[in-house]
Amino acid sequence: MNPPMASTSAVETTAAHIPARPSGIARELAAIHVLWQRDILRFFRQRSRVAGALIQPILFWLVLGTGLSGTFRMQGAEGVGYMEYFYPGVVLMVVLFTSIFTTMSLIEDRHAGFLQAVLVGPASRTSLVLGKTLGGTSIAMIQAVLFLCLAPLAGFSLASISWPMLIAHLVLGSAGLTALGFAIAWWLDSVQGYHAVMSVLLLPLWVLSGAMFPPPEGTIMATLMKLNPMSYAAAGVRRALYGGTLPSGASVGGASAALELAVVAGMFVVTVALSARACRRPS
Amino acid sequence: MVMLCAENLTRRFGSRTAVDGLSFTLERGEALGMLGPNGAGKSTTFALLTGMLEAHGGRILFDGQPISPTDPAFRARIGVVFQKPSLDDKLTGRENMKLGAALYGLPGRVANPRIEKFLEMVELTDRADEPVERYSGGMKRRLELARVFLHEPELLILDEPTTGLDIAVSRRIWSKLLELKRESRTALLLTTHDPEEATLCDRIAVLDRGRIIAEGTPSQLAARVGGDVVSIETDEAEPVLADLNARFGVDARLVEGKLVFEQPGAHELLPRIVEALPGRLRSISMRPPTLGDVFVKLTGRSLAQESTKDEAA
Repeated sequence: MNPPMASTSAVETTAAHIPARPSGIARELAAIHVLWQRDILRFFRQRSRVAGALIQPILFWLVLGTGLSGTFRMQGAEGVGYMEYFYPGVVLMVVLFTSIFTTMSLIEDRHAGFLQAVLVGPASRTSLVLGKTLGGTSIAMIQAVLFLCLAPLAGFSLASISWPMLIAHLVLGSAGLTALGFAIAWWLDSVQGYHAVMSVLLLPLWVLSGAMFPPPEGTIMATLMKLNPMSYAAAGVRRALYGGTLPSGASVGGASAALELAVVAGMFVVTVALSARACRRPS
Repeated sequence: MVMLCAENLTRRFGSRTAVDGLSFTLERGEALGMLGPNGAGKSTTFALLTGMLEAHGGRILFDGQPISPTDPAFRARIGVVFQKPSLDDKLTGRENMKLGAALYGLPGRVANPRIEKFLEMVELTDRADEPVERYSGGMKRRLELARVFLHEPELLILDEPTTGLDIAVSRRIWSKLLELKRESRTALLLTTHDPEEATLCDRIAVLDRGRIIAEGTPSQLAARVGGDVVSIETDEAEPVLADLNARFGVDARLVEGKLVFEQPGAHELLPRIVEALPGRLRSISMRPPTLGDVFVKLTGRSLAQESTKDEAA
């Protein structure tokens, strides 16, 4: 059911007298936990999804990487080949695609009816957002870690990666993207519509993040990339892979490591708030 | 003792009023059926009571206190069964039960024995570790019921609980519902467009165009029909209708191509009609009134006809 909402409600809203059974917080935590667990279970149960999640980024990296390596040259870091340049971008892509696919399931859940059982339960909508975000983030992390096993092939030694910085960027970045996907999925009624929004909104954000090519200095493109929050995630992931120092020419307008992380964290806070707000509206 | 009381509930969609000042009460351990065709406002009423839609007017009282249906404390005490299964197909029956228990905050030590008990009750223990996508429609509905029992709701709200299920499955589901009602004094509030299903309730509210047009026990409502229902098939409906009303003083109407009227002691009248209209009738029959007849009597339209029309629209 998806009728227009009305602004007035004459139904009174107090019920302090009703004794809650399990305490509120325990119930919310249980709901977040079980929704998270459900997404993980579903992920591993769909074998084609697991296989696709592993093979797709590898193929993408190998095909585009080898195809473009002949023409790629980064100003200020001539020694960096395209396979190496593109690798952090694919790590970000893994996170992006996973977030898109896990939140798309929200639309399927609504059509299949599962969502209504959650919505009439006592758990809050915020717990639904958090459970789903945690689920999406966990799956993204599993996939990212698997793909990161190939880092030595791209020229990054596992020992010299700044893991805390990398994990911080991946966790906050995927949580932010999952929450954003949640908000979009909540508003849309069809998987097709969701795909459309994703291909006109999220994919261009990724392409313009420095994942595929460094900012061409002095162009409008460079300005756009500077305004794109995903650029800071891409730069942060790249910086972490290089052990904390970005090759010159790959930074977003000279942003520091702290600024990169601050932008990604800010995006996370904003998107979680956005999705918590979006789902106060009836599904 | 009144458990649930709806006062003047109203909900509009644009200029159309789907639920128009609906008021009713429900007692502990009682089953109230909302009977009406599609479009009568049943689903909207269901959505208002479960907090899926906001009301534009009126209020809901639970144990005498005004509440919001989105209040978690209220939701923890009610159970909702949707017409469309709300299960996760990729998970097994048992996993769906665990998920349901967790959404209501039940810890494992409380939930696990109940999960086994209710799986047993709906006869799904053997298939509990299979993914739900392999279940039949009837099994899904039974699992859904087992799941809603987990948090021991005091009130169950069910939307068309047996629509689309075969008679044997419907009977099994109803026997479980009545068992729960009897043993735990759970109140049942259900919507249905099936007069037979409504007969299983203690009380029925007949809904039409967003309003309750009649309320009472199934026998009280059937008594409104005033006698047995006589139904006549004929090729010349209009003249036979006129003849019947003029010569026998009955109040026959044309409903779905048949002439229908109610008459106490119809068995005496039938042979006289057959003799008086030789060769003009294709068939004539009589039966005790059903709730479907009550609906026809009250609105001049048939429940089945309205439902098919709405589905086609």
